[in-house]
Amino acid sequence: MIQGSAHRYGANIDTDRIIPARHCTTADAAELAKHALEDLDPDFVGRVQPGDVIIAEENFGCGSSREVAPVTLKGAGVSCIIAKDFARIFFRNAINMGFPVFECPEIVDVSETGDVIIVDLDAWTIENKTRGRKCKPAAYPDEILAIFQAGGLLNRIQAARTQPTA
Amino acid sequence: MGMTITEKIFASRAGKKTVKTGEIVIAELDLTFAHELSGILSLEIFDERGFDSVKNQEKMVLLSDHLTPAKDIKSAEMTKKLREFARKMKVEKYHEVGRGGICHILIPDKGYVRPGDLVIGGDSHTTTYGALGAVACGVGSTDLVAAWVTGELWFKVPEQMKFVYMGELTEHVCGKDLILETIRRAGVDGCRYRTAEFAGPVIESLPMNDRFTMCNMAAEMGAKNGIIAVDKTTESYLAGRVKEKYPRIESDPDAQYAEVVEIDVTDLEPVVAAPYLPSKVSPARGFKDVEVQQVVIGSCTNGRAADLRIAADLMRGKSVHENVRCIVLPGSQDVVREIIADSTFDTLVAAGCAVSTPTCGPCIGGHMGVLAAGEKCLSTTNRNFRGRMGAPESEVYLGSPAVAAATAITGRITDPRDLD
Repeated sequence: MIQGSAHRYGANIDTDRIIPARHCTTADAAELAKHALEDLDPDFVGRVQPGDVIIAEENFGCGSSREVAPVTLKGAGVSCIIAKDFARIFFRNAINMGFPVFECPEIVDVSETGDVIIVDLDAWTIENKTRGRKCKPAAYPDEILAIFQAGGLLNRIQAARTQPTA
Repeated sequence: MGMTITEKIFASRAGKKTVKTGEIVIAELDLTFAHELSGILSLEIFDERGFDSVKNQEKMVLLSDHLTPAKDIKSAEMTKKLREFARKMKVEKYHEVGRGGICHILIPDKGYVRPGDLVIGGDSHTTTYGALGAVACGVGSTDLVAAWVTGELWFKVPEQMKFVYMGELTEHVCGKDLILETIRRAGVDGCRYRTAEFAGPVIESLPMNDRFTMCNMAAEMGAKNGIIAVDKTTESYLAGRVKEKYPRIESDPDAQYAEVVEIDVTDLEPVVAAPYLPSKVSPARGFKDVEVQQVVIGSCTNGRAADLRIAADLMRGKSVHENVRCIVLPGSQDVVREIIADSTFDTLVAAGCAVSTPTCGPCIGGHMGVLAAGEKCLSTTNRNFRGRMGAPESEVYLGSPAVAAATAITGRITDPRDLD
């Protein structure tokens, strides 16, 4: 179960605004997190609390393939991202590291910054408690769900190697 | 049912007869590459996970290009780690500063990509190699590690989208204008999770540099890959670069497309994308009052010798405007040698351009031409997001090498047809 406060943004939030390239000379999540959303919302780093949720419109994470983008947000304490849809490499990178990203336009439409969001991974539901709205996000295809549930792509690959028949 | 080039390549690499849109396949890879920005996280993950070997080092390319020659101690440490990893894993396709260049220029030029290949790279503009009839997709650092240790990767077979270009290109209108106009029509997510297949008589008449530019910027529409069928132009580019026989794959006449967009290019003018999205495209003439302080010509999008020749032809005997810094970024050491050999280099230097060693540098606000707050730049690169080239209060306008050269001379964004 994920519970956190929403930070609401618009469409086409690109990776340069998630973590500008000038700070990408490290792979350290804590170091990167100091600059999360720096050019989009300079106060974000001061406000964000562990477990908080990012809510955005279309095409979240467009632009560069930098995996440090989801690493930065996770490092900043963000528990999951809910968007109308995602740029493909950002989505892929998030799933590959077991970081929850959900497509759920209904929740995005009703949510404002500060709303309380509850995600139930077992029931596959997202609730905006503040607005009294509960929806099911888009389902992951089976193979993607398996990667996500394993906690990421390399967990899945390494598990398959130790148990070749599984 | 027929298949497209992209579907045929996914099917072949997944060991299947056919693939369906949306299907997840595990496919064998022909080539993987990483640069220092994507590689640094991959190396950390590789070590953390306790891996000590890679499956196919002969299918790996490693090189540093974004912050090279190292701009500071941190980037020096990154490039050092990548270099040491390449040595340890005996990766022969490692290219050092002075023998290297920007990944998307160097990799096809060295003949590392063959038509029909499935390629992944730790960079969103990996889509560039689709110009050779290969499927090439950008991925992140975890994907790279998975590819290094297993030789394969998961893919969702994308929806297919085709852009068909008809009519006649007019003077000074090139591949960059075509792709910017395409991004304007499709939007920055118009090709999200899709293949962008470029076809039609105009594509058949385009030289390779323009084809690479178009597939490069397919990423700006969210495309998984851009692709162009192999023809005589491709074959003549590949002659002397790729020795092995390669297939000539075409889309079947009854292949299914989610969307087909027809574009008549006859009335297309030189265009510019305004800040802060590559889709904010309109005719260059509409920006004639915009004064710029910097012009960048080059990068993975437009850093081939043919691109730089277009700029040099317009700048011959002229000078860069006194208020402008014009930075030229040849794509690779081979491109540097080409432009020295044919006097393009001399022409650009004589006009007052700063011709740099190959690097991605300013395109990502890294080094070699970072913008101050309030400054404006006309650039042949591929992205104009807020803060992309430096201060968040700076602005990047995207255009072709011809628009860039004309702008460098006048100090304002200029349609090359309006140069005296």
